[in-house]
Parts: sequence; C-alpha cells; structure tokens
Amino acid sequence: MSQRNIKEYSPIVGESVVEELFLLADKLRGKVIQNVNSTAVGGGVAEILAHMVPLFKQLGVDARWDVIKGNEKFFLITKKIHNALHGVDVTFSDEEFDFFKQVNAENAADMASYGDIVFIHDSQPIGLIEKKKDIGKKWVWRCHIDFTNPTAQIEAFLRDYIERYDSAVFSAQSFSRQLSIPQVLIAPSIDPLSDKNRDLPEETITSVLESFNIDPQRQIVTQISRFDYLKDPVGVIKAYLKVKQYVDCQLVLAGGGATDDPEGAKVLEDVRNAAADDPDIHVLLLPAGSDIEINALQRASSVVLQKSLKEGFGLTVAEALWKSKPVIAGAVGGIPQQITHKYSGILTYSIDGTVYYLKQLLNDPDYAKRLGANGREHVKHNFLITRHIRDYILLFLSLYYSEDVVQL
Amino acid sequence: MAVPFRFYSQAHLVKVLGRKANNVETLVEGIKNVPGSSIYYHTHRFLQQHHYLSPEPPNDFAYWIGSILNQARLAEAIASVDTVSFVRIEDLRQAFIKILTASLKHERNSMECPEGQDFYFRSCQTFVFPTGHVANDLREFLNQIKMVTVHSLYFHMFEAPLRLKKEESDFVAWFKGIGELDLAKKIARLDPYTMTLEGLRKRIIKLVGDYVTAKH
Repeated sequence: MSQRNIKEYSPIVGESVVEELFLLADKLRGKVIQNVNSTAVGGGVAEILAHMVPLFKQLGVDARWDVIKGNEKFFLITKKIHNALHGVDVTFSDEEFDFFKQVNAENAADMASYGDIVFIHDSQPIGLIEKKKDIGKKWVWRCHIDFTNPTAQIEAFLRDYIERYDSAVFSAQSFSRQLSIPQVLIAPSIDPLSDKNRDLPEETITSVLESFNIDPQRQIVTQISRFDYLKDPVGVIKAYLKVKQYVDCQLVLAGGGATDDPEGAKVLEDVRNAAADDPDIHVLLLPAGSDIEINALQRASSVVLQKSLKEGFGLTVAEALWKSKPVIAGAVGGIPQQITHKYSGILTYSIDGTVYYLKQLLNDPDYAKRLGANGREHVKHNFLITRHIRDYILLFLSLYYSEDVVQL
Repeated sequence: MAVPFRFYSQAHLVKVLGRKANNVETLVEGIKNVPGSSIYYHTHRFLQQHHYLSPEPPNDFAYWIGSILNQARLAEAIASVDTVSFVRIEDLRQAFIKILTASLKHERNSMECPEGQDFYFRSCQTFVFPTGHVANDLREFLNQIKMVTVHSLYFHMFEAPLRLKKEESDFVAWFKGIGELDLAKKIARLDPYTMTLEGLRKRIIKLVGDYVTAKH
C-alpha cells in the first residue's frame, strides 16, 4: 500500500479541515496510542491500521500497532465467534472459551505495555482487558463488524469483557447495545485518493467499458458487490427487467466472488440464469485488485444500486456517492447513515420500490443529478478518511474529559 | 485598542445512548429521559452534517416522524418549533414533549416504524479549540471568515449562544465590542437555522463587506 501524506487531502476536504486535524492532534501530545489486533495483513482492520497509523504519526500522534499471536485452534475459535456475532447458530463449549482466555492471557503476558491508550480492535484480543487491573491506562474496544444480532451465548461472553473497557466503539447505531460504558459511534470511511475512488481520465473509463462490451452511449445501471444472496443480485435483475420495459438501459452486476466458495458459485449461477441471454445484462466476476475497473464502472453509471437485504456498513454506497452518482439502496445496516431518503439518495425496501425509483431517476436526470451532488457533499463531510481520523482523535481525548462541552 | 477576534472551532464525538424508539409514544418517552446533550444533538446535527443542503431537513425528530412514520402533519409541527428562540435546551425539550404528547391522543400515533428503522437516541461530546485565525479589524475579519471551516462558523453562531449560555453569538458580541453597533444589529437579525452554513457564511461576508464599503 502506498503511503500517503496527510496534506494530499487538503485540496479535497479543504486546507482548514487538515489544519484543524493538526490542532486537535496536538492535544494528544505525549500520549501513546497502542493499537492491537489479530493480523498484520489481510482483512479490513489490518488495511485500516496500515493506512491510519502513518497518518497519525504525520499529525504528531504517537500511534503504534501490535498484533496478537495465536495458533490455528485459536483462530478457528475466533472465526466461530465471528460467525456467532453475525447470528449464526453455533454453540461454544467451556473448553473453547477457556482456550480463548488462555491465548489472550499468554498475549497479555508477552505484550509490552507502553500505551497510554490501549485500542483493541475486534473480538480476538478482547481478553487483553484483564491486564487493566494491573497496569491501569485507558482502554477502548473497537467493534468493526455487524453486531446487530449476536447469539445470546456469545453476547454474554463478550459483554463481560466489553463492560470493563472505558469506551466501546461501533460503526453503526444499530450495532450498539445497552451497555454500562460510553458507546461511541464512528463510521468507517473511504479514501478519496485510492484507486477505487480517485478521479479517472475519460479514456480509462471508456476503455474499461469497451473491455466489458458495455455501450457507453446508453444508460448504465450498476450494482457492485460480491455475489452473495444478501446483496440480492437476482432481485436487482428482476427490478431491471421491469424497468427495461419503459426505459432503455443496461445492467452491470460486478464484484468479486470466490469460486471456491460453494455458496458464492451457486449465487453466480443463479444470477447468470436470471440474466439468461439478455445481452444488456453484464455479469462481471472481477478478480481481486480490480479497483480501477470498479471505479470506472461506478463513474460510467447513470444510477448505482445497492439492493442489500442485510449489510455491515455498505461502503460501496459511499464510494458511488463520492462519484456524485444517484444511489438507490436497501435501508439496512449502515446504509441509512449514508443516505437520507430523497435528499442524498433513495432508500428502498422491495423490488417494486427499486423499480419505481429507478424509473424516476433514469427519466429525470436533473433530479438524479441533484441527489448525486448532495450525496457527494454528504460523503465529503462524513465518510472520508479525514473525518475518521478526526473521530479517533476525539475518541482518545474523550477518555480524559467527562463534560458535554470540553474547552481544549 | 480593540480586543482581536480569535476564531475557535469545534468537533463533536457522537455517542449512542443504547435507547431507541419505534413509535411516537416511545419517542416522547425517550425525549423526556435522555440528557440535554442528546436533545441538542438531534436538533442540530443536520445543520452540520447536511450544511450543503438547502435548509431542510430540520431536525432528527421531524425527519424521522415524517420520512419513517409518514406522519406529515406531526412532522411539520415538530419542524416548526422555533429552535432559535430557545436559549435553554430544557425549554426546547419541553416544547417537543408538549406537541408529541398532544398528538398521542390520536390512535394513528401508535403506528410503529418499519423494522430496522427505529429512532436511536444519540448525544454528543463537543470539543472546542482555538484556531490560528485571528482578526484585528473588520477587514481582517472578512478575510478570515472566508478561510475558517464551517465548524468554526457553526461554533460562533450556534454553540456559543445555546450551549455556552452566552446571550448572543460571538460575532455580534465582538462587533458591539469594537463599536460597530449597526453591523451587530444586522448580524443579530439573521436566523441561522433557516439557511445552510455555507449560505450563512456568504450572508455574513455580504453584510460585513457592504458595511465596510459603505463606511470607507
């Protein structure tokens, strides 16, 4: 991953916004932030930390990053915890919980305690909190995943840890619980300088369309997401077929999807069957790292869909809005935080609702443009990495102040 | 020599209170019981998060009642509460409670929101800090106000009067302090709740700019 300079964001968000980040960061001078997660590479959390830790350092915040150690057995248990957090009906034995505690205790014993603020990411290292009674310090637990519907057993097990932290952080309000500690809401963010989001020359967009045999002269409706039933790609095709009776357009369904994932392969097959031989439906299974292609497809679209039935945060919505695209999306997970219905996009609950609004947006480009413009502004102020950094600085500062209004 | 005006700015850390509502009844119960910082947050969030939109939407309660519960009349009543006329958050809270409680007489108001569209009560902790932007006179003020973030503008126009219990906005107080009483009056007449923050910035720039031109 290429290292960015924090000042590169000034032309995008405004010089004064970056200036204020430096002012706020200065208030953390002398404090060491110790991030802890379970992997140095792969996965969203590692990606965020690899990106953010250097930016914090540029702002003058002494942020560091440690990774816990665990064997295969441990990570099988944490994977099972991950599934249980998503509501998958699995049961844990006492032995599994004991092993989880033991690995956390070993890591707690091995890990250097240098952080003034210990920032624990996700559930794998959550048990490090046991160390708090010996070393004190400020402790924050950051939940990066959907926590809407955990199994009762795993919720009870984790709650016992969570409530010993000074604060817990969730990405969406629907993930929060009734807890005895302060709960902070910090949404994830997109990086406007990444290949997936940066401006592209017109030629690149045209050449990507050509490579997929998509007609640049006709309206394009796109959904970018992996091939998963929860993203309802077949529902998208049904909606498209109804709309096409009235408005000429093409549909692009593009995303990664592991062919070694039995369910993913089945979904892809269903999608291809639903698309049948309609030459205007483009089902694109993109390899990992197709960021420029995704960027180009979003930019070439008249309307972007995210018809999810269930969603973590759904940052593809922010990506499309950032490109000033009108977005029609399911009102699930973190999507309502990104779209205010009829102001910065459209929220829907059904295939028919999607049809209704899609026809409207394709037929009324002025209205569509207005939604897209508002959407971009909303993302600019609320879902870019600079806002994410600001929120983390405030989170760290909040550990030292209890007043509603803090004069720094 | 007049005291220079230092621009401050502010940033909110959003907190979730673990309390939610799914109809008007549970909404009013929540409004009665949440801390004042939550009422403040829900009546001012849109001003900052959506400061590019033409003044709407008004506040979280009105938006949720209108867009999620589909109760246009009640939403309008809540949106019409004249936030600018309240100097105390507690009075603002009571105004909402009064309207919502009266509406509970209608059977229709027991209607629940669609699944997953509950109203989640939030609050915020606000951090106020000085920026490097300082004005010694009106001309410098005019230059600096073009450069500060909308958060700074927001702080001086909204935060200072409502939450820091100052009687007037910081701009008005400073203009008075440097003897520019007519300008202070003009700025005091602005209703900042009915325009976007960028719109407000333009209006202030215009008022101060015209005033400076007329004076010299």
